Amino acid sequence: MKKTNNMVVPWLLLLPATVLLAAFTHIPAVMTFINSFYRTPRGNRPARFVGMDHYSSMLSDPVFMAALKNNAIYALGTVPAAIALSMLMAVIVNSAIRGRALMRMSFFLPTVLPMIAVANIWLFFYTPGYGLIDQFLGLFGFHERNWLGDPDTVLGSLMVLAIWKEAGFFMIFYLAALQQISPTLSEAAALEGTSRWYFFRRVTFPLLMPTTLFVMINAIINSFRLIDHVIVMTRGGPDNASTLLLYYVYNVAFRFWDTAYASALTVVLLAVLALLAFVQFGVLDRKVHYK
Amino acid sequence: MNSWTGWIKGALAGVAMLGAGAAQAAPVEINFYYPVAIGGPVTKIVEDLIARFEADHPDIKVKPVYSGTYPETISKALTAYRAGQPPEVAVMLSTDMYTLIDEDAIVPFDDFVRTDEDKAWLEGFFPVFMVNSEHDGKTWGVPFQRGTTLFFWNKDAFKEVGLDPEKGPQNWDEVVEFATKLTKREADGNVSRWGMQVPSSLTSYWLLQGYVAQNDGKIADETGTQTRFDSPEVVEALQYWVDLAHKHKVMKPGVIEWATNPKDFFEGRAAMITTTSGNLTNIKTNAPFPFGVQILPEHKKRGAPTSGGNAYIFNGVAPEKQEAAFQFVKWLSSPEQAAEWSIKTGYIAAREDAWATDAMKAYVAEFPGALVPHEQIPYMVPELSTHENQRISRVIDDAIEASLTAKKEPAQALSDAQTEADRILEDYRD
Repeated sequence: MKKTNNMVVPWLLLLPATVLLAAFTHIPAVMTFINSFYRTPRGNRPARFVGMDHYSSMLSDPVFMAALKNNAIYALGTVPAAIALSMLMAVIVNSAIRGRALMRMSFFLPTVLPMIAVANIWLFFYTPGYGLIDQFLGLFGFHERNWLGDPDTVLGSLMVLAIWKEAGFFMIFYLAALQQISPTLSEAAALEGTSRWYFFRRVTFPLLMPTTLFVMINAIINSFRLIDHVIVMTRGGPDNASTLLLYYVYNVAFRFWDTAYASALTVVLLAVLALLAFVQFGVLDRKVHYK
Repeated sequence: MNSWTGWIKGALAGVAMLGAGAAQAAPVEINFYYPVAIGGPVTKIVEDLIARFEADHPDIKVKPVYSGTYPETISKALTAYRAGQPPEVAVMLSTDMYTLIDEDAIVPFDDFVRTDEDKAWLEGFFPVFMVNSEHDGKTWGVPFQRGTTLFFWNKDAFKEVGLDPEKGPQNWDEVVEFATKLTKREADGNVSRWGMQVPSSLTSYWLLQGYVAQNDGKIADETGTQTRFDSPEVVEALQYWVDLAHKHKVMKPGVIEWATNPKDFFEGRAAMITTTSGNLTNIKTNAPFPFGVQILPEHKKRGAPTSGGNAYIFNGVAPEKQEAAFQFVKWLSSPEQAAEWSIKTGYIAAREDAWATDAMKAYVAEFPGALVPHEQIPYMVPELSTHENQRISRVIDDAIEASLTAKKEPAQALSDAQTEADRILEDYRD
């Protein structure tokens, strides 16, 4: 009697979480995987097993290839920059300077704003001719540029926005980590007469590595996950120059209604993310110094 | 949630009827999904109309549901349909007709049109608007809010460069000629005013269609299974558009946003623009200078695209609800209401008898610009509408963007687009 009780209670406690996870995470994930091998059913045409067709047609899908390339550039551009910037900001607001609270707040502000609102504001910044950026550059004699309407500048323009938006959030983690570092280390270093840069490079930076790993994984996931600004500012254009993977999945699923192909694309997206996480944990984790 | 409240209401109504033995039936309740694609107090206008409809039809209750943009509306409606809870009526793009038919989500109007009055109502729409509403000899939607593109010019800028401010350019060559005069280049090479601007962010195929119609061509067959992107008329039309930016250098290069285009016009940074007729009221309110508006300039002939939303009745709901939905749609698109909707929103009233109502006559007398879209109706062509329309329109939009940003030659971009469209539409050909 007592034994069954022991078994029932934990399962009951687990039940709410299990039901939610199964209903909204595990079953959809498995269904997505299965659906990716079938053709999208439509009205009078039932789903039909097509095997790897969706996966092989991806290779000849120019928009998918463009999205893959764009997303790689986007991740490589935004992740290191956001990490470097957030680390820099954290070091600045961690030091005893005047107006520290104000600086902390202003660095963190972009994180608080909703992405949709931010994207609409930046849409104005990038307006050719009379937008904020062109007006500012005009002071120095630069010509007007169609930032979001030119395939050569559109992705870069979105990346700048993403870095600005993300860095403040990651700064919080670095700030917390910096405050964990014992002041005795800097006092000892000061006695030894080390330069500030040397101290940062040999002491602070290594001690921040666990945070950096955490931040990096989050930043990479975000670079594949956040597409609100793409929808608001460019809708993937011009000519797919700013189409990111998830935005393409969204288009295929909810505009083109080709849910089966969208499932296949989702599987690829998840595989890419899983691979990246695996590499980071597997390779970098060994180099990270935990206390 | 809806089904539960509906079930409870139904049960309660049943109990009430049993108890009282009353003959009075509960009103039929229908859901009406509608998008908002323009400025103005659209929600209020819709609610006013529904209140008047319900006063006229005490046996029907209409529940208006604001459903976001056009793409959001079809997403919501189709998702609801798949979940077995479709709205009875929804306003969605006329070009989504094939998608809705392929999903088996809508029913044709023909089953509801029984009386002579019904027939007269259905025949009252302008034929050009009906092309995007008919398939296989049946009517699948009726025009509710339709638009076209119009040509606007800044009269002050015309005076400044010595052009007659009362006369806009009448053909392709005049557009180039006027635009060349109107383009203002500063000493450092910076352009402070462009002669001509045509928006080219998403749904730019719509503007291309205007050029193609003027060039006496067709962007697609009306079967919904065959596009003509690589035909010479289409290539020439796109070439003309691209030349405005790259050869004549009278249009801002790159992709021009829909929203930025009228703003550039107000700021005096674009002297002539093409934009949707839905912007008529916006420009009338916000242009700080006298402006002219006219139908699109011609080439081989006049031509202009149509656009906008149809009202559709959904499959998978009870017949009496579909019947109520039909009554609602019919009432909504009858002359008086069509005129009122057109005056308050700026959409084109889609039937001639709406233009003959007193309200419309009074409005046109006060604001003659409102007549320009009507003047263009004889030259209009149906909007690009195919199976998998969202996908096909994206393919042609991409081709236009690639050409305007000089990544591809128009002929190359359009031939690539045709290949892709053929691949997508192959499944739908017999």
